Amino acid sequence: MNGVHDLGGMHGFGPIPREDNEPVFHADWERRMYGIARLLMNARLFNLDEYRHAIERIPPPIYLGAKYYEKWAIGATGLLLEKGILKPSELKGIKPVKLNPTYSMGAKPSQASAFHRPPGVAKARFKPGDKVVARNVNPAGHTRLPRYARGKRGTIQFDEGVFPLPDLNAHGGGVLPQHVYSVRFTARELWGEKASPRESVSLDLWEAYLEPLNAGRANGRGSNGRGRR
Amino acid sequence: MATNRHDHEHHRHDESESDVALRVKALESLLTSKGLLDSQALDMLVDTYENRVGPRNGAKVVARAWTDPGFKKRLLEDATAAVNELGFPPGPEGINLIVIENAPKVHNMVVCTLCSCYPWSVLGLPPVWYKSTAYRARSVSDPRGVISEFGTELDDDVEIRVWDSSAEVRYLVLPERPAGTEGMSEAELAEIVTRDSMIGVAKLSPPKRAARRRRAGNGRAEHRA
Repeated sequence: MNGVHDLGGMHGFGPIPREDNEPVFHADWERRMYGIARLLMNARLFNLDEYRHAIERIPPPIYLGAKYYEKWAIGATGLLLEKGILKPSELKGIKPVKLNPTYSMGAKPSQASAFHRPPGVAKARFKPGDKVVARNVNPAGHTRLPRYARGKRGTIQFDEGVFPLPDLNAHGGGVLPQHVYSVRFTARELWGEKASPRESVSLDLWEAYLEPLNAGRANGRGSNGRGRR
Repeated sequence: MATNRHDHEHHRHDESESDVALRVKALESLLTSKGLLDSQALDMLVDTYENRVGPRNGAKVVARAWTDPGFKKRLLEDATAAVNELGFPPGPEGINLIVIENAPKVHNMVVCTLCSCYPWSVLGLPPVWYKSTAYRARSVSDPRGVISEFGTELDDDVEIRVWDSSAEVRYLVLPERPAGTEGMSEAELAEIVTRDSMIGVAKLSPPKRAARRRRAGNGRAEHRA
């Protein structure tokens, strides 16, 4: 989803807030919330992709104003309510934040976790050195392809192995094992001609996010207009 | 219970810390009463990430790499396995670590623009700034500016490689060993390695007095694939 969580390249957030001698947790509730979320995922009441998506579905004004572990609390509570694991009446006077709807919320708790590599193998479509284009797509659901890279040309650096596609796993869509690649994009490709020629950004991208650079005509999928012929 | 779909609009900044604390407390006790949460397991997990895992672990990895060429080679080839040699508590299953090496003319920096992915197994949990909107927004489009904000001015001819952790691999930067540390032991070296240098927002200074910054083309090996 094109959510407020997809922050790469945005302006206006001011200086980076740094704290000397920062503690791991700033309050006991942060400590507890960290543990709760980890254990709920270990118990597979929800998976990491669902959880990330739940946090993305926090209404933007709240997302931007909430403390980090507060977002964890809002996301976890929202997911447990959506799945029926908790009932609103059980929260006894505590009003949960309603998450934005998702287009295909899985009805049952998912048994798949992104922390677990799926069994089996997938065939690799790309190899190091291949020129690729990140697809220009705007899915309403969860994705790990940030907006700033969509439609941009990059180079495969290395193959990271096989992982479940989060775009399905976040929605009860099951595990689709796919290769994930490290793809390097030059800063000029991402940010335009005024960017430094000596900067690049590497992203970890699932195969479904990528097309071969010149494949637009051949596979009938339609070029995004950037392919060099 | 009637639901009010506009609750969230009135909910924001005035919500106090104690309200969040109460909600988390209620969540924990509810889940515990339903048998979905084990308080002892929770205590152990929190203790691990608060007291046993942290940037000191990463610093030991870096110091070992600086002093043991064989380890460094294994680390750059398969960091997950190499770090296991040091016996730290394992990270969440399936998370692979990759170590990326700085060089005089190549500087690496790690971010997660979409959420807060971070190499827990070697750095512990991330600081607030790493999770901030400001860092997540700016690090990919203005890494030089971000590094400058952290107090390091990189020469114009230094290439900056940003790694936006968007999947299940985690990155640790292997900083350059500063000049003037030739006589130091591995344990002493680990003491001078900072968390920020392993994220890549800072370089390490010589331990005593910061020598004048090297000027471009000053005789160090500079070629890197």
